[in-house]
Amino acid sequence: MARTRYASDPGLIARMGATMFLLGLVFVGFATGLVYLISYYTSHRHGGGGPANVDVLIFFAAVIGIGSALGSYYWSDKIALRTSGARLVGPNDGPDAARLHGIVDRLCALADMPKPRIAIAPTQMPNAFATGRNTKVAVLCATTGILDRSRLTDEELEGVLAHEMSHVAHKDVAVMTIASFLGIIAALMVRFAFYSELFGGGRRDNNGQSQLLVIPVMLLSIIVYAISFLLIRLLSRYRELSADRSGALLTGRPAALASALVKVTGDMGRIPVKDLREAEPLNAFYFTPALKPGQSLATIFSTHPSLDRRLKELDKISKQLGQQR
Amino acid sequence: MGFLDALLGRTKPVQANLDQLFALPGATLTLEAGTDFRPTGTGSVCFRAAEGRAFSDIEKDVQDLLNMSKDSAPVEVSTDRYNFTWLVSKHSPDDAEGLVTDLHAVNSSLENGGFGPQLLCTIMAFRDSGGRSLGLVYLYKRGTFYPFAPLSGQRRNNALELQIRGALGADLKIEQDLSRWMPIWGAPGL
Repeated sequence: MARTRYASDPGLIARMGATMFLLGLVFVGFATGLVYLISYYTSHRHGGGGPANVDVLIFFAAVIGIGSALGSYYWSDKIALRTSGARLVGPNDGPDAARLHGIVDRLCALADMPKPRIAIAPTQMPNAFATGRNTKVAVLCATTGILDRSRLTDEELEGVLAHEMSHVAHKDVAVMTIASFLGIIAALMVRFAFYSELFGGGRRDNNGQSQLLVIPVMLLSIIVYAISFLLIRLLSRYRELSADRSGALLTGRPAALASALVKVTGDMGRIPVKDLREAEPLNAFYFTPALKPGQSLATIFSTHPSLDRRLKELDKISKQLGQQR
Repeated sequence: MGFLDALLGRTKPVQANLDQLFALPGATLTLEAGTDFRPTGTGSVCFRAAEGRAFSDIEKDVQDLLNMSKDSAPVEVSTDRYNFTWLVSKHSPDDAEGLVTDLHAVNSSLENGGFGPQLLCTIMAFRDSGGRSLGLVYLYKRGTFYPFAPLSGQRRNNALELQIRGALGADLKIEQDLSRWMPIWGAPGL
Protein backbone atom coordinates (compact mmCIF):
# COMPACT_ATOMS: atom_id res chain seq x y z
CA MET A 1 0.00 0.00 0.00
CA ALA A 2 1.68 3.13 -1.15
CA ARG A 3 -0.12 6.39 -0.84
CA THR A 4 2.89 8.47 -1.78
CA ARG A 5 1.80 8.72 -5.38
CA TYR A 6 -1.24 10.71 -4.33
CA ALA A 7 0.35 12.71 -1.54
CA SER A 8 -0.90 16.24 -1.09
CA ASP A 9 1.48 19.11 -1.66
CA PRO A 10 2.77 20.20 1.77
CA GLY A 11 4.08 23.52 0.43
CA LEU A 12 0.72 24.48 -1.00
CA ILE A 13 -1.08 23.46 2.18
CA ALA A 14 1.32 25.45 4.33
CA ARG A 15 0.91 28.57 2.21
CA MET A 16 -2.86 28.22 2.24
CA GLY A 17 -2.86 27.80 6.01
CA ALA A 18 -0.64 30.88 6.38
CA THR A 19 -2.99 32.94 4.19
CA MET A 20 -5.99 31.92 6.27
CA PHE A 21 -4.09 32.69 9.44
CA LEU A 22 -3.25 36.17 8.16
CA LEU A 23 -6.90 36.73 7.23
CA GLY A 24 -7.89 35.76 10.76
CA LEU A 25 -5.22 38.07 12.11
CA VAL A 26 -6.53 41.00 10.06
CA PHE A 27 -10.03 40.24 11.31
CA VAL A 28 -8.89 40.28 14.93
CA GLY A 29 -6.93 43.46 14.29
CA PHE A 30 -9.99 45.08 12.74
CA ALA A 31 -12.20 44.17 15.69
CA THR A 32 -9.59 45.32 18.19
CA GLY A 33 -9.11 48.61 16.35
CA LEU A 34 -12.83 49.29 16.34
CA VAL A 35 -13.20 48.51 20.02
CA TYR A 36 -10.23 50.73 20.80
CA LEU A 37 -11.62 53.63 18.77
CA ILE A 38 -15.06 53.35 20.35
CA SER A 39 -13.75 53.14 23.89
CA TYR A 40 -11.47 56.09 23.17
CA TYR A 41 -14.49 58.03 21.93
CA THR A 42 -16.76 57.16 24.86
CA SER A 43 -14.12 57.97 27.47
CA HIS A 44 -13.39 61.37 25.88
CA ARG A 45 -16.85 62.64 25.14
CA HIS A 46 -18.03 65.43 27.38
CA GLY A 47 -21.29 64.80 29.17
CA GLY A 48 -24.05 65.27 26.55
CA GLY A 49 -25.52 62.07 25.09
CA GLY A 50 -25.88 62.26 21.31
CA PRO A 51 -26.25 59.23 19.09
CA ALA A 52 -23.29 56.89 19.06
CA ASN A 53 -23.03 56.92 15.28
CA VAL A 54 -20.14 54.54 15.05
CA ASP A 55 -21.96 51.85 17.01
CA VAL A 56 -24.89 52.11 14.63
CA LEU A 57 -22.50 52.06 11.71
CA ILE A 58 -20.83 48.87 12.86
CA PHE A 59 -24.15 47.28 13.69
CA PHE A 60 -25.62 47.90 10.25
CA ALA A 61 -22.44 46.86 8.48
CA ALA A 62 -22.38 43.61 10.46
CA VAL A 63 -26.08 42.86 9.87
CA ILE A 64 -25.96 43.58 6.13
CA GLY A 65 -22.59 41.83 5.80
CA ILE A 66 -23.81 38.69 7.54
CA GLY A 67 -27.04 38.84 5.55
CA SER A 68 -25.34 39.09 2.18
CA ALA A 69 -22.77 36.44 3.09
CA LEU A 70 -25.50 34.03 4.21
CA GLY A 71 -27.52 34.83 1.09
CA SER A 72 -24.65 34.15 -1.28
CA TYR A 73 -23.84 31.03 0.71
CA TYR A 74 -27.34 29.55 0.59
CA TRP A 75 -28.29 30.61 -2.91
CA SER A 76 -24.87 30.34 -4.55
CA ASP A 77 -26.16 27.73 -6.98
CA LYS A 78 -29.28 29.66 -7.93
CA ILE A 79 -27.45 32.97 -8.26
CA ALA A 80 -24.79 31.45 -10.49
CA LEU A 81 -27.33 29.68 -12.68
CA ARG A 82 -29.44 32.83 -13.01
CA THR A 83 -26.54 35.12 -13.90
CA SER A 84 -25.02 32.73 -16.40
CA GLY A 85 -28.36 31.92 -18.02
CA ALA A 86 -27.62 28.22 -17.62
CA ARG A 87 -30.31 25.59 -17.45
CA LEU A 88 -30.24 22.25 -15.66
CA VAL A 89 -30.12 19.23 -17.95
CA GLY A 90 -30.85 15.54 -17.44
CA PRO A 91 -28.98 12.68 -19.12
CA ASN A 92 -31.55 12.50 -21.92
CA ASP A 93 -31.52 16.15 -22.98
CA GLY A 94 -29.47 15.83 -26.12
CA PRO A 95 -25.98 14.61 -26.96
CA ASP A 96 -24.10 17.32 -25.04
CA ALA A 97 -26.02 16.58 -21.85
CA ALA A 98 -25.56 12.84 -22.29
CA ARG A 99 -21.81 13.33 -22.73
CA LEU A 100 -21.55 15.51 -19.62
CA HIS A 101 -23.59 13.10 -17.53
CA GLY A 102 -21.53 10.14 -18.74
CA ILE A 103 -18.24 11.76 -17.79
CA VAL A 104 -19.50 13.07 -14.44
CA ASP A 105 -21.04 9.69 -13.57
CA ARG A 106 -17.68 8.04 -13.86
CA LEU A 107 -15.79 10.76 -12.05
CA CYS A 108 -18.26 10.48 -9.17
CA ALA A 109 -17.80 6.72 -9.03
CA LEU A 110 -14.01 7.17 -9.06
CA ALA A 111 -14.08 9.82 -6.34
CA ASP A 112 -16.93 8.24 -4.36
CA MET A 113 -18.91 11.44 -4.17
CA PRO A 114 -22.60 12.15 -4.81
CA LYS A 115 -23.39 13.33 -8.30
CA PRO A 116 -23.88 17.09 -8.67
CA ARG A 117 -26.64 18.51 -10.83
CA ILE A 118 -25.55 19.34 -14.35
CA ALA A 119 -26.25 22.57 -16.21
CA ILE A 120 -25.33 23.94 -19.61
CA ALA A 121 -24.88 27.66 -20.28
CA PRO A 122 -25.39 28.85 -23.86
CA THR A 123 -22.13 30.78 -24.28
CA GLN A 124 -19.45 30.41 -26.91
CA MET A 125 -16.76 31.30 -24.36
CA PRO A 126 -15.18 28.01 -23.25
CA ASN A 127 -15.65 27.81 -19.50
CA ALA A 128 -17.05 25.74 -16.65
CA PHE A 129 -17.89 26.41 -13.02
CA ALA A 130 -19.26 24.64 -9.97
CA THR A 131 -21.21 26.15 -7.11
CA GLY A 132 -23.40 25.03 -4.25
CA ARG A 133 -22.78 25.07 -0.54
CA ASN A 134 -22.44 21.30 -0.23
CA THR A 135 -22.10 18.23 -2.39
CA LYS A 136 -25.85 17.59 -2.33
CA VAL A 137 -27.01 20.83 -3.90
CA ALA A 138 -23.91 21.41 -5.99
CA VAL A 139 -24.33 22.37 -9.63
CA LEU A 140 -21.70 21.76 -12.24
CA CYS A 141 -22.12 24.01 -15.25
CA ALA A 142 -20.35 23.88 -18.60
CA THR A 143 -20.74 26.34 -21.45
CA THR A 144 -21.61 25.22 -24.95
CA GLY A 145 -18.22 26.63 -25.96
CA ILE A 146 -16.30 24.14 -23.83
CA LEU A 147 -18.53 21.27 -25.00
CA ASP A 148 -17.63 22.01 -28.61
CA ARG A 149 -15.84 18.90 -29.77
CA SER A 150 -13.62 20.87 -32.11
CA ARG A 151 -12.23 22.69 -29.08
CA LEU A 152 -11.69 20.18 -26.26
CA THR A 153 -11.30 16.42 -26.55
CA ASP A 154 -13.22 14.13 -24.19
CA GLU A 155 -10.13 13.68 -22.10
CA GLU A 156 -9.50 17.40 -21.73
CA LEU A 157 -13.15 18.04 -20.90
CA GLU A 158 -12.93 15.34 -18.25
CA GLY A 159 -9.91 17.10 -16.74
CA VAL A 160 -11.84 20.37 -16.55
CA LEU A 161 -14.87 18.67 -14.97
CA ALA A 162 -12.65 16.87 -12.44
CA HIS A 163 -11.16 20.25 -11.51
CA GLU A 164 -14.65 21.68 -10.95
CA MET A 165 -15.73 18.65 -8.94
CA SER A 166 -12.70 19.14 -6.72
CA HIS A 167 -14.00 22.63 -5.97
CA VAL A 168 -17.22 20.98 -4.79
CA ALA A 169 -15.34 18.37 -2.75
CA HIS A 170 -13.17 21.04 -1.12
CA LYS A 171 -16.31 23.04 -0.19
CA ASP A 172 -14.84 26.10 -1.82
CA VAL A 173 -18.13 28.01 -1.74
CA ALA A 174 -18.24 27.78 2.05
CA VAL A 175 -14.56 28.56 2.53
CA MET A 176 -14.53 31.53 0.17
CA THR A 177 -17.78 32.92 1.63
CA ILE A 178 -16.30 32.90 5.11
CA ALA A 179 -13.04 34.34 3.84
CA SER A 180 -14.69 37.18 1.95
CA PHE A 181 -16.99 38.02 4.86
CA LEU A 182 -14.34 40.28 6.39
CA GLY A 183 -13.88 42.12 3.11
CA ILE A 184 -17.64 42.67 2.79
CA ILE A 185 -17.88 44.15 6.31
CA ALA A 186 -14.91 46.44 5.78
CA ALA A 187 -16.27 47.64 2.43
CA LEU A 188 -19.68 48.35 3.95
CA MET A 189 -18.10 50.26 6.83
CA VAL A 190 -16.20 52.47 4.40
CA ARG A 191 -19.36 53.18 2.45
CA PHE A 192 -21.52 53.89 5.50
CA ALA A 193 -18.87 56.06 7.10
CA PHE A 194 -18.57 58.01 3.87
CA TYR A 195 -22.33 58.57 3.62
CA SER A 196 -22.69 59.55 7.27
CA GLU A 197 -19.94 62.13 6.70
CA LEU A 198 -21.68 63.41 3.61
CA PHE A 199 -25.25 63.62 4.84
CA GLY A 200 -25.04 63.57 8.63
CA GLY A 201 -22.60 66.45 9.04
CA GLY A 202 -25.01 69.31 9.78
CA ARG A 203 -27.22 67.53 12.28
CA ARG A 204 -24.66 66.86 14.96
CA ASP A 205 -23.19 70.17 15.87
CA ASN A 206 -23.34 69.30 19.59
CA ASN A 207 -21.60 66.04 18.90
CA GLY A 208 -18.36 66.90 17.21
CA GLN A 209 -16.44 63.99 18.71
CA SER A 210 -18.62 61.51 16.88
CA GLN A 211 -17.74 63.07 13.57
CA LEU A 212 -14.10 63.02 14.46
CA LEU A 213 -14.39 59.32 15.10
CA VAL A 214 -15.99 58.45 11.78
CA ILE A 215 -12.84 59.35 9.88
CA PRO A 216 -10.43 57.00 11.73
CA VAL A 217 -12.99 54.23 11.46
CA MET A 218 -13.20 54.85 7.73
CA LEU A 219 -9.42 54.81 7.38
CA LEU A 220 -9.14 51.60 9.39
CA SER A 221 -11.82 49.99 7.23
CA ILE A 222 -10.08 51.03 4.03
CA ILE A 223 -6.80 49.50 5.19
CA VAL A 224 -8.51 46.29 6.32
CA TYR A 225 -10.44 46.09 3.07
CA ALA A 226 -7.29 46.47 0.98
CA ILE A 227 -5.35 43.84 2.92
CA SER A 228 -8.21 41.36 3.06
CA PHE A 229 -8.89 41.84 -0.66
CA LEU A 230 -5.33 40.84 -1.51
CA LEU A 231 -5.40 37.91 0.92
CA ILE A 232 -8.72 36.64 -0.43
CA ARG A 233 -7.39 36.75 -3.98
CA LEU A 234 -4.27 34.89 -2.82
CA LEU A 235 -6.44 32.27 -1.12
CA SER A 236 -8.54 31.92 -4.25
CA ARG A 237 -5.43 31.26 -6.33
CA TYR A 238 -4.23 28.61 -3.89
CA ARG A 239 -7.61 26.91 -4.01
CA GLU A 240 -7.47 26.85 -7.79
CA LEU A 241 -4.08 25.16 -7.59
CA SER A 242 -5.36 22.54 -5.16
CA ALA A 243 -8.42 21.91 -7.34
CA ASP A 244 -6.04 21.42 -10.28
CA ARG A 245 -4.07 18.97 -8.21
CA SER A 246 -7.01 16.94 -6.93
CA GLY A 247 -8.63 16.91 -10.36
CA ALA A 248 -5.46 15.73 -12.06
CA LEU A 249 -4.92 12.99 -9.48
CA LEU A 250 -8.54 11.89 -9.85
CA THR A 251 -8.32 11.34 -13.60
CA GLY A 252 -4.67 10.30 -13.49
CA ARG A 253 -4.06 12.59 -16.47
CA PRO A 254 -2.43 15.87 -15.46
CA ALA A 255 -1.36 16.38 -19.06
CA ALA A 256 -4.97 16.38 -20.28
CA LEU A 257 -5.90 19.09 -17.80
CA ALA A 258 -2.80 21.04 -18.77
CA SER A 259 -3.68 20.98 -22.43
CA ALA A 260 -7.27 21.96 -21.64
CA LEU A 261 -5.95 24.92 -19.64
CA VAL A 262 -3.75 25.98 -22.50
CA LYS A 263 -6.70 25.78 -24.86
CA VAL A 264 -9.21 27.53 -22.60
CA THR A 265 -7.17 30.19 -20.82
CA GLY A 266 -4.38 30.63 -23.29
CA ASP A 267 -4.65 32.59 -26.47
CA MET A 268 -6.24 29.68 -28.24
CA GLY A 269 -9.39 30.13 -26.16
CA ARG A 270 -9.98 33.43 -27.84
CA ILE A 271 -9.63 32.11 -31.34
CA PRO A 272 -13.10 31.19 -32.55
CA VAL A 273 -13.55 27.66 -33.81
CA LYS A 274 -16.61 28.40 -35.90
CA ASP A 275 -16.15 29.08 -39.54
CA LEU A 276 -16.29 32.77 -40.30
CA ARG A 277 -19.22 32.26 -42.65
CA GLU A 278 -21.23 30.38 -39.99
CA ALA A 279 -20.45 32.69 -37.12
CA GLU A 280 -22.30 35.85 -36.35
CA PRO A 281 -21.10 38.64 -38.65
CA LEU A 282 -19.93 40.69 -35.68
CA ASN A 283 -17.63 37.97 -34.38
CA ALA A 284 -15.10 38.81 -37.01
CA PHE A 285 -14.50 42.12 -35.30
CA TYR A 286 -13.82 40.77 -31.84
CA PHE A 287 -10.84 42.45 -30.31
CA THR A 288 -8.23 40.05 -29.00
CA PRO A 289 -6.31 41.68 -26.17
CA ALA A 290 -2.61 41.00 -26.47
CA LEU A 291 -1.57 40.01 -22.95
CA LYS A 292 2.10 40.09 -22.27
CA PRO A 293 3.53 37.27 -20.18
CA GLY A 294 4.63 38.00 -16.64
CA GLN A 295 2.45 40.93 -15.68
CA SER A 296 3.14 40.82 -11.99
CA LEU A 297 0.63 43.46 -10.89
CA ALA A 298 -2.17 41.70 -12.72
CA THR A 299 -1.36 38.43 -10.95
CA ILE A 300 -1.72 39.92 -7.46
CA PHE A 301 -5.27 40.96 -8.20
CA SER A 302 -6.43 37.93 -10.17
CA THR A 303 -8.56 35.13 -8.78
CA HIS A 304 -6.74 32.49 -10.80
CA PRO A 305 -3.04 31.66 -10.84
CA SER A 306 -1.15 32.35 -14.02
CA LEU A 307 -1.18 29.71 -16.71
CA ASP A 308 2.57 29.15 -16.32
CA ARG A 309 2.20 28.47 -12.63
CA ARG A 310 -0.64 26.01 -13.15
CA LEU A 311 1.22 24.15 -15.89
CA LYS A 312 4.31 23.91 -13.72
CA GLU A 313 2.31 22.38 -10.85
CA LEU A 314 0.65 19.90 -13.21
CA ASP A 315 4.07 18.90 -14.52
CA LYS A 316 5.09 18.07 -10.98
CA ILE A 317 2.05 15.82 -10.56
CA SER A 318 2.76 14.10 -13.84
CA LYS A 319 6.27 13.27 -12.65
CA GLN A 320 4.91 12.05 -9.33
CA LEU A 321 2.48 9.70 -11.09
CA GLY A 322 5.10 8.32 -13.43
CA GLN A 323 7.68 7.51 -10.76
CA GLN A 324 9.00 4.00 -11.01
CA ARG A 325 9.10 2.14 -7.77
CA MET B 1 -13.51 14.32 3.94
CA GLY B 2 -12.71 15.98 7.21
CA PHE B 3 -13.04 19.61 8.22
CA LEU B 4 -9.31 20.19 7.88
CA ASP B 5 -9.24 18.64 4.41
CA ALA B 6 -11.95 21.02 3.25
CA LEU B 7 -10.25 23.97 4.88
CA LEU B 8 -6.92 23.22 3.27
CA GLY B 9 -8.38 22.15 -0.05
CA ARG B 10 -6.92 18.69 -0.26
CA THR B 11 -8.51 15.43 -1.24
CA LYS B 12 -7.34 12.05 -0.17
CA PRO B 13 -8.02 9.79 -3.14
CA VAL B 14 -10.42 7.05 -2.14
CA GLN B 15 -8.72 3.67 -1.99
CA ALA B 16 -10.39 0.71 -3.63
CA ASN B 17 -12.20 -1.72 -1.37
CA LEU B 18 -11.53 -5.21 -2.65
CA ASP B 19 -13.03 -7.21 0.19
CA GLN B 20 -16.50 -7.82 -1.17
CA LEU B 21 -15.44 -9.17 -4.56
CA PHE B 22 -15.15 -12.77 -3.40
CA ALA B 23 -18.86 -12.80 -2.55
CA LEU B 24 -19.56 -13.06 -6.30
CA PRO B 25 -19.32 -16.86 -6.73
CA GLY B 26 -21.81 -17.35 -3.89
CA ALA B 27 -24.15 -14.79 -5.42
CA THR B 28 -23.90 -16.60 -8.74
CA LEU B 29 -25.26 -19.76 -7.12
CA THR B 30 -28.12 -17.84 -5.52
CA LEU B 31 -28.93 -16.19 -8.82
CA GLU B 32 -28.97 -19.55 -10.60
CA ALA B 33 -31.21 -21.04 -7.93
CA GLY B 34 -33.66 -18.14 -7.72
CA THR B 35 -33.79 -16.79 -11.27
CA ASP B 36 -33.22 -17.78 -14.86
CA PHE B 37 -29.91 -15.93 -15.11
CA ARG B 38 -26.71 -17.86 -15.77
CA PRO B 39 -23.16 -16.46 -15.84
CA THR B 40 -21.72 -16.07 -19.33
CA GLY B 41 -18.22 -16.65 -18.00
CA THR B 42 -17.22 -13.14 -18.94
CA GLY B 43 -16.01 -10.59 -16.46
CA SER B 44 -14.33 -7.25 -16.87
CA VAL B 45 -12.41 -4.71 -14.84
CA CYS B 46 -12.65 -1.04 -15.66
CA PHE B 47 -10.02 1.45 -14.57
CA ARG B 48 -8.66 4.83 -15.50
CA ALA B 49 -5.20 4.49 -16.96
CA ALA B 50 -2.90 7.09 -15.46
CA GLU B 51 -0.29 8.70 -17.65
CA GLY B 52 3.34 7.77 -17.38
CA ARG B 53 5.59 4.77 -17.57
CA ALA B 54 4.79 3.43 -14.09
CA PHE B 55 1.19 2.72 -14.93
CA SER B 56 1.76 1.31 -18.40
CA ASP B 57 4.31 -1.12 -16.96
CA ILE B 58 1.81 -2.37 -14.40
CA GLU B 59 -0.86 -2.65 -17.08
CA LYS B 60 1.41 -4.82 -19.20
CA ASP B 61 2.33 -7.02 -16.23
CA VAL B 62 -1.34 -7.58 -15.49
CA GLN B 63 -2.07 -8.68 -19.05
CA ASP B 64 0.87 -11.07 -19.03
CA LEU B 65 -0.27 -12.48 -15.71
CA LEU B 66 -3.80 -13.13 -16.93
CA ASN B 67 -2.64 -14.64 -20.20
CA MET B 68 -0.48 -17.15 -18.35
CA SER B 69 -3.42 -19.10 -16.95
CA LYS B 70 -4.41 -22.04 -19.16
CA ASP B 71 -8.17 -22.24 -18.52
CA SER B 72 -9.15 -18.89 -19.94
CA ALA B 73 -9.14 -17.20 -23.30
CA PRO B 74 -6.55 -14.43 -23.77
CA VAL B 75 -7.58 -11.25 -22.05
CA GLU B 76 -9.08 -8.54 -24.24
CA VAL B 77 -8.11 -4.93 -23.70
CA SER B 78 -10.19 -2.05 -24.93
CA THR B 79 -10.69 1.64 -24.28
CA ASP B 80 -14.20 3.02 -24.14
CA ARG B 81 -15.34 6.44 -25.31
CA TYR B 82 -14.74 7.94 -21.87
CA ASN B 83 -11.08 6.87 -22.08
CA PHE B 84 -11.45 4.21 -19.43
CA THR B 85 -9.60 0.95 -19.98
CA TRP B 86 -11.40 -2.40 -19.82
CA LEU B 87 -9.76 -5.76 -19.32
CA VAL B 88 -12.16 -8.53 -20.33
CA SER B 89 -11.50 -12.04 -19.06
CA LYS B 90 -13.37 -15.02 -20.50
CA HIS B 91 -13.74 -18.29 -18.61
CA SER B 92 -16.10 -21.20 -18.99
CA PRO B 93 -19.56 -20.30 -17.59
CA ASP B 94 -19.28 -22.66 -14.60
CA ASP B 95 -15.91 -21.31 -13.48
CA ALA B 96 -17.04 -18.35 -11.44
CA GLU B 97 -14.21 -18.77 -8.93
CA GLY B 98 -11.54 -18.71 -11.62
CA LEU B 99 -13.07 -15.60 -13.13
CA VAL B 100 -13.21 -13.77 -9.82
CA THR B 101 -9.63 -14.78 -9.06
CA ASP B 102 -8.56 -13.28 -12.39
CA LEU B 103 -10.44 -10.07 -11.72
CA HIS B 104 -8.92 -9.88 -8.30
CA ALA B 105 -5.43 -10.30 -9.75
CA VAL B 106 -5.96 -7.14 -11.78
CA ASN B 107 -7.13 -5.20 -8.75
CA SER B 108 -4.36 -6.27 -6.47
CA SER B 109 -1.69 -5.58 -9.09
CA LEU B 110 -2.94 -2.05 -9.55
CA GLU B 111 -3.27 -1.54 -5.84
CA ASN B 112 0.21 -2.85 -5.11
CA GLY B 113 1.58 -0.47 -7.70
CA GLY B 114 -0.03 2.40 -5.82
CA PHE B 115 -2.81 2.92 -8.34
CA GLY B 116 -5.76 1.65 -6.29
CA PRO B 117 -7.63 4.95 -6.71
CA GLN B 118 -7.70 4.42 -10.49
CA LEU B 119 -10.07 1.43 -10.26
CA LEU B 120 -13.66 2.18 -11.30
CA CYS B 121 -15.71 -1.00 -11.35
CA THR B 122 -15.85 -4.68 -12.14
CA ILE B 123 -18.69 -6.31 -14.05
CA MET B 124 -19.67 -9.95 -14.11
CA ALA B 125 -22.01 -10.74 -16.98
CA PHE B 126 -25.15 -12.90 -16.84
CA ARG B 127 -27.75 -13.89 -19.42
CA ASP B 128 -31.13 -15.57 -19.12
CA SER B 129 -32.75 -18.03 -21.52
CA GLY B 130 -34.66 -15.16 -23.14
CA GLY B 131 -31.39 -13.48 -24.09
CA ARG B 132 -31.69 -10.59 -21.63
CA SER B 133 -28.35 -9.51 -20.30
CA LEU B 134 -27.53 -8.46 -16.79
CA GLY B 135 -24.35 -7.21 -15.21
CA LEU B 136 -23.46 -7.31 -11.56
CA VAL B 137 -21.39 -4.19 -11.11
CA TYR B 138 -18.96 -3.86 -8.23
CA LEU B 139 -18.05 -0.28 -7.30
CA TYR B 140 -14.54 -0.32 -5.89
CA LYS B 141 -14.81 2.95 -4.03
CA ARG B 142 -18.06 2.05 -2.29
CA GLY B 143 -17.38 -1.65 -1.85
CA THR B 144 -20.92 -2.34 -3.03
CA PHE B 145 -22.69 -4.09 -5.89
CA TYR B 146 -25.61 -3.08 -8.07
CA PRO B 147 -27.36 -4.79 -10.96
CA PHE B 148 -27.32 -3.19 -14.40
CA ALA B 149 -29.71 -4.50 -17.05
CA PRO B 150 -29.26 -2.64 -20.34
CA LEU B 151 -31.96 -2.65 -23.01
CA SER B 152 -31.50 -1.54 -26.57
CA GLY B 153 -31.10 2.17 -27.20
CA GLN B 154 -29.58 3.29 -23.91
CA ARG B 155 -32.53 2.31 -21.76
CA ARG B 156 -32.32 0.07 -18.75
CA ASN B 157 -34.73 -2.45 -17.29
CA ASN B 158 -35.24 -0.94 -13.86
CA ALA B 159 -37.88 -3.51 -12.85
CA LEU B 160 -35.45 -6.35 -13.48
CA GLU B 161 -32.68 -4.51 -11.62
CA LEU B 162 -34.88 -4.08 -8.56
CA GLN B 163 -35.94 -7.71 -8.74
CA ILE B 164 -32.28 -8.79 -8.76
CA ARG B 165 -31.60 -6.50 -5.83
CA GLY B 166 -34.27 -8.39 -3.89
CA ALA B 167 -32.89 -11.78 -4.94
CA LEU B 168 -29.30 -11.01 -3.97
CA GLY B 169 -29.85 -8.83 -0.91
CA ALA B 170 -28.63 -11.54 1.44
CA ASP B 171 -25.53 -12.50 -0.55
CA LEU B 172 -24.06 -9.21 -1.69
CA LYS B 173 -23.64 -5.81 -0.16
CA ILE B 174 -26.02 -3.97 -2.48
CA GLU B 175 -25.60 -0.24 -3.05
CA GLN B 176 -28.43 1.40 -1.07
CA ASP B 177 -28.19 4.80 -2.74
CA LEU B 178 -30.01 4.31 -6.06
CA SER B 179 -28.43 7.47 -7.49
CA ARG B 180 -25.12 5.60 -7.53
CA TRP B 181 -26.45 2.95 -9.89
CA MET B 182 -24.49 4.42 -12.77
CA PRO B 183 -25.39 3.15 -16.22
CA ILE B 184 -22.47 1.68 -18.14
CA TRP B 185 -23.63 1.70 -21.73
CA GLY B 186 -21.75 -0.53 -24.09
CA ALA B 187 -19.64 -2.10 -21.37
CA PRO B 188 -17.32 -4.68 -22.95
CA GLY B 189 -18.36 -8.23 -22.11
CA LEU B 190 -21.97 -7.39 -21.31
